[in-house]
Amino acid sequence: MMQTITCECGHSNPYGTSLCQACGKPLTQDVEILSSMRYEGSARRSQTYKQTFVDKIWNFFSSVKVGVWLIVIILVAAAIGTIFPQETFIPPNVDPATHYESEYGTLGLIYYLLGFHNLYGSWWFILLLGMLGLSIIIASLDRGIPLYKALKTQRVTRHDQFMKNQRLFSKSSDVELDEIKYTLESLRYKVREENGNLFAEKGRFSRWGAYVNHVGLIIFLTGAMLRFFPGMYVDDILWVREGEKASIPGTSSEQGQYYLENNDFILEMYDKEEKKFNSALSSVDGEVAKNYQSNVTLYKTKENHTIGAEPELEKVKSGEIRVNEPFKFDSFALYQTDFKLNEFYKMSFELEEKATGNKFGKLTVDLHDPKKEYDLGNGYKVKIEEYFPNFVLNEQNQPSTVNNLPDNPAFVFSMYSPKTPEGEKAFVGIQKNIDSGENLFKMSFAGIETKDLTALTVRKDHTLWIIALGGIIFMIGVTQGLYWNYRRIWIKQNAGEVWAAAHTNKNWYGLKKDVEFLSDKTNLTPLEEKETASK
Amino acid sequence: MLKKNRLWFRSALLAILVVAVGYTIYNSMNEESGTYISKGDTAPNFVLTDLNGKQVEFEDYRGKGVFLNFWGTWCKPCEREMPYMQRQYEKYKDQGIEILAVNVSETNVSVKNFADRYRMSFPIPMDKQREVTKAYGIGPIPTTILIDKNGKVVERTSESLSEKKIISFMEKIKP
Repeated sequence: MMQTITCECGHSNPYGTSLCQACGKPLTQDVEILSSMRYEGSARRSQTYKQTFVDKIWNFFSSVKVGVWLIVIILVAAAIGTIFPQETFIPPNVDPATHYESEYGTLGLIYYLLGFHNLYGSWWFILLLGMLGLSIIIASLDRGIPLYKALKTQRVTRHDQFMKNQRLFSKSSDVELDEIKYTLESLRYKVREENGNLFAEKGRFSRWGAYVNHVGLIIFLTGAMLRFFPGMYVDDILWVREGEKASIPGTSSEQGQYYLENNDFILEMYDKEEKKFNSALSSVDGEVAKNYQSNVTLYKTKENHTIGAEPELEKVKSGEIRVNEPFKFDSFALYQTDFKLNEFYKMSFELEEKATGNKFGKLTVDLHDPKKEYDLGNGYKVKIEEYFPNFVLNEQNQPSTVNNLPDNPAFVFSMYSPKTPEGEKAFVGIQKNIDSGENLFKMSFAGIETKDLTALTVRKDHTLWIIALGGIIFMIGVTQGLYWNYRRIWIKQNAGEVWAAAHTNKNWYGLKKDVEFLSDKTNLTPLEEKETASK
Repeated sequence: MLKKNRLWFRSALLAILVVAVGYTIYNSMNEESGTYISKGDTAPNFVLTDLNGKQVEFEDYRGKGVFLNFWGTWCKPCEREMPYMQRQYEKYKDQGIEILAVNVSETNVSVKNFADRYRMSFPIPMDKQREVTKAYGIGPIPTTILIDKNGKVVERTSESLSEKKIISFMEKIKP
């Protein structure tokens, strides 16, 4: 059974209580009444029982000190996380394991190994947030519930010692109780009466502010946590060339896979000549973008689509994507994020006899899918021996490619004709055409086709409303606790005298104005501030 | 509240939080290893045309250990590990192991030259549209995924592999 302390007023209090919940009498010696008023002198629930392992953990997290330390540690970790860029912001296609060391040296390596490069996803950061959540829940339960009980059970008649030790106190004789009651009610206090004693209170709900905002925080943290749960959150990027279709990452399910076609990417600039913008744009060098837009069509495959197989697509819908105007389907949104203009797409060449300038046919090379051999007829043909999409001379001075993007295409061609059945070789790139010098034929450049690319952010977020809800509740709690305060005034008949005491959890100025008004309107002795109370 | 109830309540609340945070950390670990497919998952099926024009379907290799490598001709570390892979492939292919070297979005001309140079004899599925690369959440290349005979992912790494490492990988997925 629980140990209880029975006060002389008859109320039984939980073990550890310092002020009786009902009448406010100090239950132990040397209790400082005023400083105990924060939680009404109620027992913090955790401090009473220390038997089991679970209780010990509970007690640890019940401490506000522990909570504050957790916040400090989280803040310091988050600050350290800003020293080097997060993983999201390093170039794609580099391995973070080597990138941080090569860019930032040993400190970078340590940074990477400790998981600071992906702070919000690192196990220890999530653990810290989890512990903070636990601390918030336990500390609030341990304080909130006893406080609620104490405020609910408080009686009109308070113990003498409780009255005398309040910061605002006075003794008077010969007062009109009805007048006091009426005045307090006019100040919108809720007044209760018991045996000629009065208890007036106002704004009790402000005491719940702290607990409401903690509920908000817990909801907020829950929302953040849910981002790691499958299907709740997608944040990815999708590049699509004009006229091409690409699968949308994160949209694969048993019902099929979504594809997006980029019909057209549009980049519009402001016209500097136009009168309307003339003066505004005259101070700007270069062009000013007016619109970034992708016209897209959404497709979906049949059920049970195998990755990589030629998709059987059904059109879902078409739309336009502009900055801040995403394209939405299911729970996904596609946002305009980036673009690349004029990527090389097809290059055309003509086979030309050097001596005569005669041309023997034209070939067009798809830079994403060049053919091995192009037959020009009449015994003329061209073979591609080597293809470098993004040509560069490497350290050994060998032709090679930087990556697979056709940004600087170069070829080694073999040209065949009835005159040269053995074939002649030439190296051809952008403004490069190199051969042995004895070739009869050459490949002459005959035009290039380009395509634009659009980059879209693929986002799905089922957690946003939870996070918003948490934020709103948090703000309600903060407002509740900050803009209101809990004011109490006690009037007690005591052997011919009338004792008055007042207390508030904050804004003593406001309370003092209330009691001044009260003593002005009635013949109550003005309440005076206790000098010792300030300590 | 009775003491017994209190213990129950506290234990339950702690347990819920431990499970929730634990699950979150578990998921975050998976995400770290390059999004979707990681250790312990069943590797999803895919179909690609290889360099020789043959259809390669991943599921057809069930029962074999699969050394799934994502690579590009322009990537130096990929180039370094190719001869090792080829040598070990010749040793292990009769022991129920297959290498699938998925090329990430390159042209047949480039890959053919490269494959000839290194005499690569294992299938080279050509992932022109990056569909498989995307579905497997491949970031930097080379990335190697080891899959056992039951189709489960045993290991995933983005290191450039030494020959010794490749041998140890082969031993790991030998059926």
